[in-house]
Amino acid sequence: MPRNRTVRLAVLGSPVQRSASSPSSSRKASPIRRRLLVGGLVALSLVLITLYFREPQEGPLHAARSAGALAVKPFQVGAERVVRPFRDLYGYAAGLLQAKSEADRLRAEVERLRQEATQYRTAFEENKTLRTYVDFKAPRAFPNDYRPVFAAVLAYPPSAFEQQVVIAAGSDSGIELNDPVVSPDGLVGRITNVTPGTAQVTLLTDRSSSVAAIDLDHNASGLILGRGPDNGLVLDNVEKRYVVEPGDEIVTEGTQRGKWPSLYPRGIRIGTVSFVNQTSSEIFKRIQVEPAVDFGALRAVVVLVPRDRE
Amino acid sequence: MTAALDALKIGVVVFAAAVVQVSVVAPAQVLGGTADLLLVTLVAVALLRGAAVGATAGFFGGLVADLATWETLGLTSLLLTIAGYWIGRYGETTGRDRAHAPLLSVVVVTILHALGSILLHTVLGTPVSVGYALGTTLLPTIVLNVLLTVPVYALCRRLLPPLERPDRAREVNLLG
Repeated sequence: MPRNRTVRLAVLGSPVQRSASSPSSSRKASPIRRRLLVGGLVALSLVLITLYFREPQEGPLHAARSAGALAVKPFQVGAERVVRPFRDLYGYAAGLLQAKSEADRLRAEVERLRQEATQYRTAFEENKTLRTYVDFKAPRAFPNDYRPVFAAVLAYPPSAFEQQVVIAAGSDSGIELNDPVVSPDGLVGRITNVTPGTAQVTLLTDRSSSVAAIDLDHNASGLILGRGPDNGLVLDNVEKRYVVEPGDEIVTEGTQRGKWPSLYPRGIRIGTVSFVNQTSSEIFKRIQVEPAVDFGALRAVVVLVPRDRE
Repeated sequence: MTAALDALKIGVVVFAAAVVQVSVVAPAQVLGGTADLLLVTLVAVALLRGAAVGATAGFFGGLVADLATWETLGLTSLLLTIAGYWIGRYGETTGRDRAHAPLLSVVVVTILHALGSILLHTVLGTPVSVGYALGTTLLPTIVLNVLLTVPVYALCRRLLPPLERPDRAREVNLLG
């Protein structure tokens, strides 16, 4: 619709469009209704937050949330499936660009790992024999004592402050609270909420995460603590007498440390030491660990369900 | 009937934006930032339909996002309700018919959303890294949101053509 401006108007620079003032009561009521609506929605949000925080995990609001999450799940799965070919195409194109240097690096790594594998195979056979001699009672071992449940990631952290993802498998697949979650690269986290069809995974980088861990290269053990997405992981409680060096590989220890029970089997890769420091005033070393898993690029995970539970 | 169809279209657009945001856009980090499709869509809807619709769409979209991500129920709803209302008011008043309104709104609302999110998480006792949220992620997020704004606003404008407002003067007659 063309506007009807006059030359005089243009010269005066008066704004052309103005809301005509109307004395009608409905128009006067409109802002009040609008404010009431917004006030009501804000109040409803605050009530939801308060009730959600105060009620226990099995409360009605949590149940409603689980039901809602289940209802939204098919749409999330659909969206993920639609986008997957494009994402794969991008990944393929990006992979081609660095394929040459990657191939050289991998060739060298394969050579090194072959030598290590030979040594480990010998040690493994020796270990098996020794265990039969002493009737050794071992805890659940990874991966043989666990049934893997493969699940796609459905929802990612909504902001930088949350370190949880939602996956497309739940109690229907035998998943329970605190089951360990891994990816091909290493430890991802643990299950902290579960419904029949979905489950929430709290990532290793969450500030509430703690995992008993051991330095494979120097046998120093400590606790891996999450420090949020920006600070990665910290290996805490490592006494100064132990040697830890950048590049050391950190894996799960599989033992209970103090009040922290280990929920994870031994030997799952956590990451690599990136920084080590110690001061005279502190009891423990300061160790930063670069996670093995790229938590930002997590598309699918494996939940480890103990076989003896079934 | 038209109003009901309009409401249905807005509901579908906001729902789709929320689902795509949590499932597809959120994991795609670019230079440390993540685009917020839901926020950008909300800005477009609020600018096209006003404060009341903006606030309602914000509440609904936030609720879907909270459900899908297992976030504290009501948290995203609260932030987006306020964002939708504020942008809607801006669209009804100062920003009306201004070409830069969507881009300006997205920049401002992205900053306010980040600040509001920090505030709410702090109040709720979630550990918050302000340096990371404001220093590392905010600038790339603003850039990504601005880049998203043009196609998203164009798409929303196509799906939700501006309504004929009865209170809008079509011409000005000067006295004298």
